Amino acid sequence: MKSYVEPEFIIERDNEKCTRCKVCIEQCTYGVHYYDPKNDIVRSRDENCVNCHRCVVFCPTKAITIKKNPTQYTENWHWTREAITDIKKQAETGGAILTGMGCDKSYYTYWDRILLNASQVTNPSIDPLREPIELRTYLGAKPDKLELEMENGDVVLKTKLAPQLCAETPILFAALSYGAVSFNAHLALARAAAEFGTFMNSGEGGLDKRLYKYGDHIIVQVASGRFGVSPDYLNVGAALEIKIGQGAKPGIGGHLPGEKVTQEIAQIRMIPVGTDALSPAPHHDIYSIEDLRQLIYALKEATDYTKPVAVKIAAVHNSAAIASGMVRAGADIIVLDGVRGATGAAPKVIRDNVGIPIELALASVDQRLRDEGIRNKASIIISGGIRSSADVVKAIALGADAVYIGTAALVAMGCTLCQKCYTGKCPWGIATTDPWISKRLDPDVAAGRLVNLLRAWSLEIKEMMGGMGINAIESLRGNREQLRGVGLTDTELKILGIKMAGE
Amino acid sequence: MKATTALNNPYGEDKVIEACGLFGMMDLTGRRFGSKYPIKAISNMHERGNGLGGGYVIYGLYPKHKDDYAFHIMYLNSEAKEKTDRLLAQNFDVLEAEEMPVNPKANVWKAPLIWRYFVQPKKRAAKNQSHDEYVLKNVMRINTEIGGAFVFSSGKNMGVFKGVGFPEDIAEYFCLDEYEGYMWICHGRFPTNTPGWWGGAQPFNILDWTVVHNGELSSYGTNRRYLEMYGYYCTMQTDTEVVAYALDLLTRKHKLSIEVAAKIFAPPFWFEIDAMAPRERDFYTALRQCYGSLLLNGPFAIIAARTWEMIGLTDRVKLRPLTAGIKDDMFYLSSEEAAIRLVAPHLDRVWSPRAGEPVIARLKTVRPLETLVTTWENEKLC
Repeated sequence: MKSYVEPEFIIERDNEKCTRCKVCIEQCTYGVHYYDPKNDIVRSRDENCVNCHRCVVFCPTKAITIKKNPTQYTENWHWTREAITDIKKQAETGGAILTGMGCDKSYYTYWDRILLNASQVTNPSIDPLREPIELRTYLGAKPDKLELEMENGDVVLKTKLAPQLCAETPILFAALSYGAVSFNAHLALARAAAEFGTFMNSGEGGLDKRLYKYGDHIIVQVASGRFGVSPDYLNVGAALEIKIGQGAKPGIGGHLPGEKVTQEIAQIRMIPVGTDALSPAPHHDIYSIEDLRQLIYALKEATDYTKPVAVKIAAVHNSAAIASGMVRAGADIIVLDGVRGATGAAPKVIRDNVGIPIELALASVDQRLRDEGIRNKASIIISGGIRSSADVVKAIALGADAVYIGTAALVAMGCTLCQKCYTGKCPWGIATTDPWISKRLDPDVAAGRLVNLLRAWSLEIKEMMGGMGINAIESLRGNREQLRGVGLTDTELKILGIKMAGE
Repeated sequence: MKATTALNNPYGEDKVIEACGLFGMMDLTGRRFGSKYPIKAISNMHERGNGLGGGYVIYGLYPKHKDDYAFHIMYLNSEAKEKTDRLLAQNFDVLEAEEMPVNPKANVWKAPLIWRYFVQPKKRAAKNQSHDEYVLKNVMRINTEIGGAFVFSSGKNMGVFKGVGFPEDIAEYFCLDEYEGYMWICHGRFPTNTPGWWGGAQPFNILDWTVVHNGELSSYGTNRRYLEMYGYYCTMQTDTEVVAYALDLLTRKHKLSIEVAAKIFAPPFWFEIDAMAPRERDFYTALRQCYGSLLLNGPFAIIAARTWEMIGLTDRVKLRPLTAGIKDDMFYLSSEEAAIRLVAPHLDRVWSPRAGEPVIARLKTVRPLETLVTTWENEKLC
């Protein structure tokens, strides 16, 4: 069938700059560039281009420019190019349209409509380069109160605290499963987490034995497919996370295409080579909240109550009530993943239309847990589109204990958000299991870039906290007085629990 | 409370911002003394206030009624008083009630009607709870439900006097030269709002605890929302209120000592905790994990007191001043050393406590309840 889908991008090559070195041909995993020996010229198949910028960055003479295809359909506010192209694709394939990364629509970001406070006159701001400002964050259930006793003139702590994770910055690496990303990507995340004193999340594809030595900095995930879950796996992690849902695809399961299931992936996921790894939409042993409690306690039993158990859900309409149930079911940490949450593969229609913005979900969950007097019984980690240290500060002031970053971590390693992770051909060596492509990601370089990102954001967070006159992150947590809204309706302000700027 | 909150915080700001001068003076033997020196000392720090608030608390004030709750109540109107009187008569045996004696010639701003009551909880009403809890509930009820009535002092054998004016004028208004006590704490206020409700002045009292405070808590939002989880609603929108409720929660409900409470308000930094011996490290780690939301962040110096002790504390980088001094059995805390020197020129010892380091003075007749073995041991006075 003749395809009516037009190329999304056009490649322009400056033939005066081009030295015919063929680096672009070597680097492109989508077969865009090819050499025409007769005319001694490098040409492009525009229709294959995903705009990943690999060739642009690696072209030694900067001869390549990628442009959005200027040929547009007749202008129509309602029938956008995206809508028309999607229909053509579906008419040609009869399938759901797959995509990668998070929702890319313009209308859900509340962070940009929230502004931060700073001290003036009545309260001195603090310079983080001169004074200590503390970011250390403990994640896990906290008791209502401490009981102390005096014994021989010494204070003795009678209350035994639940197990805690200690992160030196309130930023953790989000779940990226081995299989969705390459081993080198997993290794880089683990090394960076260990070096900076924070955590990576294994994702739902198990953990390669070579990463076990970083176990103290890894949260191991248990998802509906139970891939890679074994006693060793549960016990090697610093904490466990039950994945119920994911912001990119609330209500549906995961799908790792058989092409990505190599020998190594198959071994760790405990499935045959080349078969699709399908995570069911629900956990088939969790059809209700009391079932969740059983799984939480099964995992606590399996690890002898030495590790916090987190439960991750996609932010949906009644997140507050669900979160309350999760805390009562014994979750030590609740993870909320918003509509911007990313993925290696999801149906586009789900990614862009299901779930709610994380800012609203966080605000209502935090307030609900406080109203019920159980906010201390679980920490809250949020994820889904955290782009900068300012987003982190706003999230914590709204009520989060910490954030997970997935997309930001990938970008630090080289990702350009071309949204084609599901093809397994990531030219940056990240979202691929192809040994030849994944070699491109040097784990030392990638770990270094991740550590730099954590360092830069942590310093910026300290700058913003110092400006507010706050020198410990716990005094920022839930401190909504430090936030003001702009361009928000009364209802939005009410849900966020913040005042309008100027108030 | 709506009526009084509207007066106290007419622009509905997050909280009322203020800076202040503090002075506290305590006779460790419990001997009572008059107003001369406390007023002289706080007046010396005139520049720290702007005439929009002054106040005092005196412990050992009502020896004849030492076992009765002494309520000092401000009224915006006579209707509020009628309602309050009815509520008091229902729930308490009112042993004595009188309009507060005042000197109308004093230079103060729009004084409200103020009454003083000595009460005991009615026996049958307070059956299944402690008297303190019963009194607290009734005080909260009067303050939040009646509208225009405000109990600003509710302890035993102690009393708060406060209003809008310079501290020396407030002292004159309340005729403080006629009173004696073994502990006086004084406050001069520099709020950034308009002259308002007398109840917004300091000290802030709840049952036996009284707090005066100089500073601005950047952690106010976190502290307030944490206290709400435990049923304390901050109706006055002042930092001081947060401190008073936190003290009540920690010492009365959670049964922690004041030393521990001080370490919750101004804990050591993590780099200090990491360098401690294992047991101490575990203790401070647990304290910060459990009570991180009560860390008081931003600049502050506070003096807090209850019947048998007075404590001074600053934030952990000491962004507000506090000096301590001692002469024989008299113990002093002050924003400025000069104020102490003025009333006690020949001190045995005078020092500026380090950032976040509590200074605690206790009546000699009281055995210390418990102590913490830490570096501040040498600074503590028992």
